[in-house]
Amino acid sequence: MKIRYFAWMKRMVGTGDEQVDLPAEIRTVGDLVEWLRKRSTGHAEALADGSAFGAAIDRRTVPFDTPLAGAAEVAFFPPFTGG
Amino acid sequence: MAVRVQEADFDVGAELASLTDGNKRIGGLAVFVGLVREMHVREGLHRDRIDTLTLEHYPGMTEQALEAIEAEARQRWPLEATLIVHRYGRLEAGARIVLVAVGSPHREAAFEACEFLVDWLKTKAPFWKLEETPAGEKWVGAHQEDDKAAARWEKKQS
Repeated sequence: MKIRYFAWMKRMVGTGDEQVDLPAEIRTVGDLVEWLRKRSTGHAEALADGSAFGAAIDRRTVPFDTPLAGAAEVAFFPPFTGG
Repeated sequence: MAVRVQEADFDVGAELASLTDGNKRIGGLAVFVGLVREMHVREGLHRDRIDTLTLEHYPGMTEQALEAIEAEARQRWPLEATLIVHRYGRLEAGARIVLVAVGSPHREAAFEACEFLVDWLKTKAPFWKLEETPAGEKWVGAHQEDDKAAARWEKKQS
């Protein structure tokens, strides 16, 4: 599965995207966040506060309790500030 | 009926001309052009001038999100033409960031739909602004006023 990070999350993690092989018990976006936090201190820092960022599965914004089944790409990002 | 995300600048006059070209049912166009404004930020004793920002986005999702917002506008108002052009990359004060144009037989629909599109694209399209200040780079945080502006267009649950 491809994981992507944007804006300050990308800087903290140290990469904009990475490929991961998930254990079977990681079922939802929330499970994935907890699992990713253990990868490095940068990951832990970027993903520390679940209220500070959002997630998308295959380019569609989703809540953290969404199942990952069938997902090819999961992205994490801070609130949008365009316009 | 078009959405474009690009690094290059756009020509407002040319964009509007091609939007209305050949469609005589349009009675009016409402247009919003967003610009990079020069800002002054005070932090302690320092007064920083911010005159450059970099817009990052999520290619693929951005276009999809803008198209969804555009489709929502067309469902809510009788529109003949819509256009959203949003830039990314490094932009200096005075530069154009975004163009939203809406054509309708009637002005009320055009004004309302244009405002709706701007409010929603600010909170629902994956763009992030990075400001360059003399003290370093700073990611722009979300504004509560923008969330409020976007929320007034949410349909009431019934």
